[in-house]
Amino acid sequence: MAKTKTNTEDYLRMYRQMVRIRTFEDNANQLYLSAKMPGLTHMYSGEEAVAVGICEALTIDDKITSTHRGHGHCVAKGAEFKEMFCELLGKEEGYCRGKGGSMHIADQSNGNLGANAIVGGSMGIATGSAFTSKLLGKDDVTVCFFGDGATAQGLLYEVMNMAALWNLPVIYACENNGYSEYTKTEEIAAGSITARAEAFGIEAHQVDGQDVLAVNELTQKLVARARKGEGPFFMELMTYRYHGHHVGDINREYYRSKDEETDWKENKDPIIKFRGWLVEQGIASEEEIEAMNAEIKKDAEEAVAYAEAAPYPDQSEVDMHVFTDIEHALARNTA
Amino acid sequence: MREITLSQAVNEALAEEMRRDETVFIIGEDVAEAGTPFKVLSGLVEEFGTARVVDTPIAEPGFMGLGVGAAMTGSRPVVDLMFGDFIYLIMDQLCNQAAKSYYMSGGKLNVPLVLRTNLGATRRSAAQHSQSLHALVAHIPGLKVAMPSSAYEAKGLMKTAIRDDNPVVIFEDKLMYNDKAPVPEEEFLIPFGEANIKREGSDITLIGTSSMVQVCEAAAEILAKEGIEAEVIDPRTIVPLDEAALLESAKKTSRVIVVDEGHQSFGITGEIASRINEKAFYHLDAPVLRMGAMDVPVPFSPALEDITVPTPDAVAENARKLMSGELIHAA
Ligand SMILES: Cc1ncc(C[n+]2csc(CCOP(=O)(O)OP(=O)(O)O)c2C)c(N)n1
Ligand SMILES: [Mg+2]
Repeated sequence: MAKTKTNTEDYLRMYRQMVRIRTFEDNANQLYLSAKMPGLTHMYSGEEAVAVGICEALTIDDKITSTHRGHGHCVAKGAEFKEMFCELLGKEEGYCRGKGGSMHIADQSNGNLGANAIVGGSMGIATGSAFTSKLLGKDDVTVCFFGDGATAQGLLYEVMNMAALWNLPVIYACENNGYSEYTKTEEIAAGSITARAEAFGIEAHQVDGQDVLAVNELTQKLVARARKGEGPFFMELMTYRYHGHHVGDINREYYRSKDEETDWKENKDPIIKFRGWLVEQGIASEEEIEAMNAEIKKDAEEAVAYAEAAPYPDQSEVDMHVFTDIEHALARNTA
Repeated sequence: MREITLSQAVNEALAEEMRRDETVFIIGEDVAEAGTPFKVLSGLVEEFGTARVVDTPIAEPGFMGLGVGAAMTGSRPVVDLMFGDFIYLIMDQLCNQAAKSYYMSGGKLNVPLVLRTNLGATRRSAAQHSQSLHALVAHIPGLKVAMPSSAYEAKGLMKTAIRDDNPVVIFEDKLMYNDKAPVPEEEFLIPFGEANIKREGSDITLIGTSSMVQVCEAAAEILAKEGIEAEVIDPRTIVPLDEAALLESAKKTSRVIVVDEGHQSFGITGEIASRINEKAFYHLDAPVLRMGAMDVPVPFSPALEDITVPTPDAVAENARKLMSGELIHAA
């Protein structure tokens, strides 16, 4: 069961996890800019309080499903930098042995069933995970992360209907960052997002996704109730992504103003806000916080260096993991 | 002749057809102001407005279904599917609705719709953004399937597709958007079902689709240096398929390799190979060889991804083996 986050240690851990996400993303972005990372990636920076507020209310047995913008969820659920950077660079020691990359990063050891490159692609998976929990009489809860844009997918309404009919222990967590790709949410979402869940009789909450304590407090309550069979629940978390849709989306003034970005970064940053609160409450001093930041920065840099030097998977792995019971799927076929 | 990119060619084809026919409209995700993530449609919304270049929510089955209904009732939609991999999401609307309507209605309700999407691996985009799924669609009676191999084909085939009264799926290779080719300034169309002989040769036939045409041409270059004259043929549409042209070349050279970026098993290469085996068997000196993408999901790691698709060297190597008889008795 998730314990109530009332002590210093838990607050500091939340701060640490948010800074770890931001630091991870800064390094990932750098890897892209220096052409060391294959492909593109979607930055979670700005949304840290959502993943951390939620995942800190979960135990290691609870599950999450993640999205294309999934590094934050992965870190928040307990993943290690080394395996994550290795995955981003397509290296053998990555969480998916380099087969998945950024958009499919996963960490089953901590209950992260994986990122998904299909928008809305994990909604059924999360609901199925909650179904298993109920079927097998376990008490784990599944949180399904998805974006505002993903609410346009019909799958969401099919699975919310079933989850509500069968009281499944699943929490649908909509990260509303105001945009889906290059389009504002209001141009692609009619009516109210929470009302859609309510139409199925699902209790829905809108919460400030930049306030880690507010997110955490709400999640703890909902998780506790979901464990008792009172689910499903729906959360709409109001947040903002700092970078472009992906790292290559640099010139974006045609759809989003610089002023708007600056306002969020300067006035609503989840890390700056929480840091101020920690100091004000006497939970940590400025020096302690700076030391923590520096330690995380060093960790990340070491992990990046490690990943850069790490080997690629051997080419013989290319036809492994196609099936569980056939080691090399093509062994019989290759001429 | 002037040279333009494949992306510009598609853009021009759409603009020309939209000017010519006011029932043509484009619908899909981020097609208007953003002009798609690949910027292929840039400028179209400025000319034709948001009523004809329509941004949708991320609701593929929804806007595909809408396209089918619009096509049944007097419009000519060009449905834009951002990645070919998302075709799984719209399969019902495409295969149960669009493909069958004309037949099920006894020839009364046709669906003049174009589905524009893409294929192609090696962009480091992993398993859900790298697939080449044209074989899935080609399997369904009622759908035409075009596979442009350069800017020239991209323009001519798109214009034909829009004027076609049937549902047509066009797969563009995402890696070719910036590739330039000579494209005439004057209007032209490329008829469906007419293969293009890209290079003449007498020793072996290399049939390639889409991105693999370039691979076959590069292989032919390699082989030419060794005295092997390869003929390279681009079918341009796989439904309808210009069987006659493929058979004629097979009979002439007596050896054929079919190269395609879809998974090799149960795919386009197998279909073309077996048609040649059935109809040109007694003219062949070797079994027709298939070369498709490896039968694995596309891996992210560059170290793995690059070995999953046919390369010029691999095609040339197989061609040498066919020429020397080495592959004739392969298991
Ligand atoms: C089914 C599907 N359609 C389209 C896309 C292309 N795409 C990737 S992310 C994205 C926008 C998602 O927006 P949102 O759900 O709000 O998440 P955000 O990127 O804002 O975190 C789109 C359209 C996709 N990956 N999958
Ligand atoms: Mg969004």
